[in-house]
Amino acid sequence: MTSSFPEEVLEHVLSFLTSQTDRNAVSLVCKTWYETDRWCRNRIFVGNCYAVNPRILIRRFPDVKSIELKGKPHFADFNLVPEGWGGYVYPWVVELARAYPSLEEIRLKRMVVTDESLEMVAKSFNNFKVLVLSSCEGFSTDGLAAIAANCRNLRVLDLRECEVEDLSGHWLSHFPDSFTSLESLNMACLVSEVSFSALERLVARSPNLKTLKLNRTVPLEKLSTLLKRAPQLVDFGTGAYSAEFRPDVYSSLAGVFSACKNLKSLSGFWDVTPAYLPVINNVCSQLTSLNLSYATTQSPDLTKIVSQCCNLQRLVVLDYIEDTGLNTVSLSCKDLRELVVFPSDPFIGDVDVQLTEHGLVAVSEGCSKLHSILYFCRQMSNSALIQISKNCPNLTCFRLCIIEPRAPDYQTLEPLDTGFGSIVQNCQHLTRLSMSGLLTDRVFEYIGTYAKNLDMLSIAFAGDSDLGLHYVLSGCDRLRKLEIRDCPFGDKALLANASKLERMRSLWMSSCLVSFGACKLLGRKMPGLNVEVIDERENVNSIPEYAPVEKVYIYRTVSGQRFDAPDFVRIMGKDKDAVYNLS
Amino acid sequence: MSSEISNITSEPPNTDAVTVGSLNINDTELTLGLPGESRKLVAKRRFSVITDLKLGGNHRSDSIITKNSPSKEQLVGWPPVRSYRKNMTKSDCKYVKVAVDGAPYLRKVGLELYSGYQQLMCAFEDLFSCLAIKNVSNEMKLMDPVNGTEYVPTYEDKDGDWMLVGDVPWKMFVESCKRIRLMKNSEAINGSGMHNSQIFETTF
Repeated sequence: MTSSFPEEVLEHVLSFLTSQTDRNAVSLVCKTWYETDRWCRNRIFVGNCYAVNPRILIRRFPDVKSIELKGKPHFADFNLVPEGWGGYVYPWVVELARAYPSLEEIRLKRMVVTDESLEMVAKSFNNFKVLVLSSCEGFSTDGLAAIAANCRNLRVLDLRECEVEDLSGHWLSHFPDSFTSLESLNMACLVSEVSFSALERLVARSPNLKTLKLNRTVPLEKLSTLLKRAPQLVDFGTGAYSAEFRPDVYSSLAGVFSACKNLKSLSGFWDVTPAYLPVINNVCSQLTSLNLSYATTQSPDLTKIVSQCCNLQRLVVLDYIEDTGLNTVSLSCKDLRELVVFPSDPFIGDVDVQLTEHGLVAVSEGCSKLHSILYFCRQMSNSALIQISKNCPNLTCFRLCIIEPRAPDYQTLEPLDTGFGSIVQNCQHLTRLSMSGLLTDRVFEYIGTYAKNLDMLSIAFAGDSDLGLHYVLSGCDRLRKLEIRDCPFGDKALLANASKLERMRSLWMSSCLVSFGACKLLGRKMPGLNVEVIDERENVNSIPEYAPVEKVYIYRTVSGQRFDAPDFVRIMGKDKDAVYNLS
Repeated sequence: MSSEISNITSEPPNTDAVTVGSLNINDTELTLGLPGESRKLVAKRRFSVITDLKLGGNHRSDSIITKNSPSKEQLVGWPPVRSYRKNMTKSDCKYVKVAVDGAPYLRKVGLELYSGYQQLMCAFEDLFSCLAIKNVSNEMKLMDPVNGTEYVPTYEDKDGDWMLVGDVPWKMFVESCKRIRLMKNSEAINGSGMHNSQIFETTF
């Protein structure tokens, strides 16, 4: 059947589809559409770098301008993935450099990035514009120097929460004087001091600079100098926000902040001196995003600021804000969409901090647009959860961490099954859920029954038996990412739902009851899955097959097993010598 | 690096597809946590209680809560906070208790967070919302507008003496202050809360 639809028209229509999901769907319609999408798709997203390999990518998509890759599983953020597991970007960079000399954007998350990789990026792509490294590690400031020195058209250098070997701040001085295209610079995670004059000159010659996030070493007294050079900033992160109070410094800072008419987002505020917080008073009503999660000061200071942020959409703050502060948020920040409350002292527990479930309930009552919550607290009740679910039926992301594992409803001492059950029942748009507290298999029954849009689920210290896992795997139709730790889930549910695993991106289970034997069986029976047993015990070769593994990471792949895995990672059930020929 | 697992028992899988021998997990004694009999027992008890739970119907689960569970520091990756967020306490800051006569509970202030007495007074206003600063020339007083009661800030210094807040330079005060008491004015004047002579004494 020949299509009477000119390809150019189809291509033009497809160019309006930017979402990866839509593009993927389009490519499945028919061969012509597959081919057209192939030739014109130039933004690529790879959610698991081991699900596919560079050769397959390059064969399918001949013209790529932007690529996003993710490496380690999410629990790597909490030190559950041992060092050396994998996620190396170098092999990708080598192939990308060869195939796509006009590549412009690279975004990486949880990958190991070496200086070599950065040097190759710097030298291989003439029109390189955007580098975003999120939770990456493995590189030093030398690699950054290479990027600065060579990427003449760079627009974005965004280091989000990376672990960088910080040799010196000299890398910043490698941006040549002729370099004026910078739009976004985030160096907040770096430790070394950069040359302030180099920084000031860089800011001064970057008229398009919209985002600037400084690191801790830039002192408060110098902020005015920088902000005077960049009143057009939209997103600003301060350095260490502490200094002895001086009225001249104060008024100078207040003045420059007032001149930043486009400022919408603030962050930084390390080691905050509360006396300097009010300098931002005049911009509070402009702010849509405020990150005070490094501002270690007391509730009244935090509350005074948030009370003025009437247009705030995103608030990230420490539990120092307390219930009273959150009550103020509920009254003042009527446009709030996202709330994140981190614990100031996750281990010892400062009992003076009056942050309980009441704060969260208050915000859920007052802020009708709230759709994303990440909340750390020390007590929770089913009634509070039920209230929250009724107040916020449009929740898309609900992540609750009650610090004590297996903590029950503090009022009734019952499990929190009904509370979380209410969340999944009332919040039909929920795509992400993290649970904590005392939970039985019943909560999983609720989740399997009601959470039909759930995309990602995180479980810890919960459940009674395999039934819990079975409910989730068999009930959650849209589930793609499941991560579990310290739950009594074993072989039965896993093997019974093996085919489900091919419809998911990945499953992580650590400190559970999945046996070596089951992993081997799964790996053997399911060629489309890599079943990685991650086990660092010395005697692991003599552990019987029926014994549980330490950790297992299962993900679908069209690339076959990987060959860059360390000793303590075993790809189960695959013949090591087999070569997969995938056309 | 691994989280604690010890003596985990598992039901023998009975699906046909799985060929696994009979279980005798106790032989393996997979102890991965720190050595110590009590920890093993704790984990064992915790898990065996879990497997005893029946599904359906209400059941009291408070027996699961082991008060003597290992401290959170021994649980890898819990609570799920990134490592750079683990030390967010105002730990370097000097905190002192603030008591208000007649109030049932104390508050704490971080003295190093403030640059001077004026800010400290503002902090008192914030922490004890019923109080307001009373502007009387150089004196520092707080007042409850409802009943007109005046409060005078006093503090206990390193020598154990009770002093009026505001006499010494700020930094000296921060260094020597052990705790603060907002004393009802009548008491302060009559000296019923402290020795008369010490009210007017300044020590260095």
